[in-house]
Amino acid sequence: MEQKNTVLIDGQVVELNGEKNILELTRKIGIEIPTFCYHSELSLYGACRMCVVEVEGRGIMASCSTPPAPGMKILTNSPRVQRVRRTVLELLLANHDRECTTCDRNGSCKLQELANRFGVKKIRFGERDVKLPLDHSSHSLVRDPNKCILCGDCVRMCAEVQGIGVLDFSGRGSNTVVTPAFHKNLADVECVNCGQCGAVCPTGAIVVKDDTDRAWAAIHDPEKMVVVQVAPAVRVALGEEFGLPAGEIVTGKVVAALKRLGFDKVFDTSITADLTVIEETHEFITRLQKGEKMPQFTSCCPAWVKYAEHNAAEYLKNLSSCRSPQQMFGSLVKKYWAQEIGKQPEDIIVVSIMPCTAKKYEAALPQFATDGVPDVDLVLTTQELARMIREAGLVFDQLDIESFDTPFGFTTGAGVIFGATGGVAEAVLRAAHEFVTGQPIDQINFEAVRGFADRKEATVEIAGQEIKVAVVHGLANAKALLQEIKEGKADYHIIEVMACPGGCVGGAGQPISPTMETKKERAKGIYNADKLSQLRKAQDNPVVGKFYERWLAKPNSDAAHDALHTAYSNRGRISGEEIKLMTSQEPDQLDIAVCVGTCCYLNGAYDTLQKFMKLAADSELKERINLHATFCLEKCEQGPVIKVDDEIINGVTPDRVEKIFTEKICTKLK
Amino acid sequence: MKQEVNGAPKEERNTNYQRKFEKVNEIINRLGRSQSALIPILQEVQEEYRYLPEEILTYIATALGLSPASVFGVATFYAQFSLEAKGKYVIKVCDGTACHVRGSEPVLEAIKKRVNLSGKKKTTDDLRYTVETVSCLGACGLAPVVMINDKIYGQMTPEAITIILDQLEKEDAADE
Ligand code: SF4
Ligand code: SF4
Ligand code: FES
Repeated sequence: MEQKNTVLIDGQVVELNGEKNILELTRKIGIEIPTFCYHSELSLYGACRMCVVEVEGRGIMASCSTPPAPGMKILTNSPRVQRVRRTVLELLLANHDRECTTCDRNGSCKLQELANRFGVKKIRFGERDVKLPLDHSSHSLVRDPNKCILCGDCVRMCAEVQGIGVLDFSGRGSNTVVTPAFHKNLADVECVNCGQCGAVCPTGAIVVKDDTDRAWAAIHDPEKMVVVQVAPAVRVALGEEFGLPAGEIVTGKVVAALKRLGFDKVFDTSITADLTVIEETHEFITRLQKGEKMPQFTSCCPAWVKYAEHNAAEYLKNLSSCRSPQQMFGSLVKKYWAQEIGKQPEDIIVVSIMPCTAKKYEAALPQFATDGVPDVDLVLTTQELARMIREAGLVFDQLDIESFDTPFGFTTGAGVIFGATGGVAEAVLRAAHEFVTGQPIDQINFEAVRGFADRKEATVEIAGQEIKVAVVHGLANAKALLQEIKEGKADYHIIEVMACPGGCVGGAGQPISPTMETKKERAKGIYNADKLSQLRKAQDNPVVGKFYERWLAKPNSDAAHDALHTAYSNRGRISGEEIKLMTSQEPDQLDIAVCVGTCCYLNGAYDTLQKFMKLAADSELKERINLHATFCLEKCEQGPVIKVDDEIINGVTPDRVEKIFTEKICTKLK
Repeated sequence: MKQEVNGAPKEERNTNYQRKFEKVNEIINRLGRSQSALIPILQEVQEEYRYLPEEILTYIATALGLSPASVFGVATFYAQFSLEAKGKYVIKVCDGTACHVRGSEPVLEAIKKRVNLSGKKKTTDDLRYTVETVSCLGACGLAPVVMINDKIYGQMTPEAITIILDQLEKEDAADE
């Protein structure tokens, strides 16, 4: 008996080819079924009911979560389907803050688009009456729960792709909201500001914090010189905002637009990416020669750095101490270039155009400011730049191309490929051999580290030693790799980590784009820009060579360290209450905190704590002890950690408790 | 002399803190650190504390390797869990239509006055009483109805409920 492997869609015979769901199948034959909660890179949720179809004999079904079966008769636009869709939309809209005109996603909102596409003209259900507070705490994002349609896309993005799980549903029924733990603000939890949640949100419930007003204010301030740097990934994506295809290289137009907007100097972050390659590669070689701890992780992604500070305490020493190219740029401009052109650092405003939301957070970190003057004053995303161009009425397509200013405008292909996953690793590979042996390497292209696979690897031989390189993007992939390293199942020398899928081209500050394909096109653009460069290796950049001559002496010198490197610190994952165990009312009390944060907990902090409780309870001084369990004392690498008044004590394993109790606590209480 | 903190002698309070926290660890160890154990763990922990304190939820998330947000999500999803401290006696005043018409409001006022609660506060500082209104206890024939822990009291008046609470306090004192 022969069972034909076909289904009937709207009367059309369609062959099955292993499609996972009806939705995939219809997309293949050019029918665009609307969705909110379906993303091919995330797990199935099937909750929004927007994607319904009618299946003969089975009724209305969610096409995203129904596998096609041979013989099915499917209707994608029957009267019943239309009715359900419209009702779904009406219900969502009834519960949605419909202040579209002032919404950041006005024009790029899926709810708005679908309401328009399906002709929803009136809403039969009542308005929502509660107004929930907005979360402005983060430097990178703004959350407006009043616009959330509970599709859960952000929840799954953060948990599945980033491996963090900052957001989740809370409450039930009409009280359901999507929120960080305990309704805390993003700035008070382990959010790394990658913005990927906002990039998948179909509405304006999570948006990039808009700093365009600050940028205009800087431009219009006659006292200030406004300098702008443009990250590599911006040049292959900005065109999308103006109808050009993804991946088209629009560098010249970006420069022209920035000049027309009124920026005094337009520079290229790729030059400090070149500098990063040189610094980071030398750092690596020193580590290798000194036999220090391997692997060395890259550090140019601030979301990854923050992730490591929260979750990978024991590997912070393995992070390259190099600042990101953005911060190296700001530092050089304010520290050295300002002087050269006879200006004070505070008279120059450094603006960055970045594909990235986390860069906003990074620029605001206190370690990247000198005497209260930040190295980078403000960060705009590609999205915000597009907004400014529109506001200024510039017709992007018609702009005559211009080139970057000197000196920070001269770059090599190595700095440009920083924009795609694998780029930093490849740039380092182009340099390492030469730095060790003095002989330039013939190979320029390292295809093995390119592309969108979850993990990419390459091995090169340098002076008789095999150097193993791994590249991951998406923090869940980094998390898995860290776990393998911990278990001794993976060993690499250099590991590149980018938080965003696809690397910076997939940053959350880029034009809103629903598909991986767009990101792949942008990456292609990046490698084309590299191919077009006459110089492909960072170490060949003559201007960077001049920076060393004039300002920095040599790679990893003291001057270089001072201007281009940084240090990292542990961060607790969540702010909040401690667990009280003993409270004292005495005036001369002693405070003992035992950390039960993740690292310490896994290192047996509970046993330590239990011993303290017992010793304290038996001690005659117990009236004066304040004992509590706390979450993260931010010294995770040597847990369990305790804090006695202000003194932090590391490595307090249960067998050391008694000694510490007698030495540190009893003596203080006497 | 023993010091009084929030109504309980300090010593007792401290042993209480410690005992409860040790119990949390015992529960986690017994039920295991797998994610499927989360709900049973929350149930038992709630029995200990009579609610789920935020810091304990964070601790459970740490122990189970879950994100605090997802533990919070589960704890707020099920009606059986409470994230607010509840008193030893939970007094539910029915404010369904029948009870309301028959004067549940003066009863509620009388209770609040008797246990010293004002404004929006639901639980007394000494964690003795929690006073809530509910929309229907399903005993409309006895309206107005008040439920104290598991016991139903029908046809309440402000006077009657005050007497009941006086009685309760006496028994409680005898217990301690
Ligand atoms: S910005 Fe990134 S880390 Fe923060 S909540 Fe969104 S997805 Fe998660
Ligand atoms: S915030 Fe956005 S992505 Fe997240 S559930 Fe709400 S609508 Fe969906
Ligand atoms: S897209 Fe199918 S249910 Fe949401």
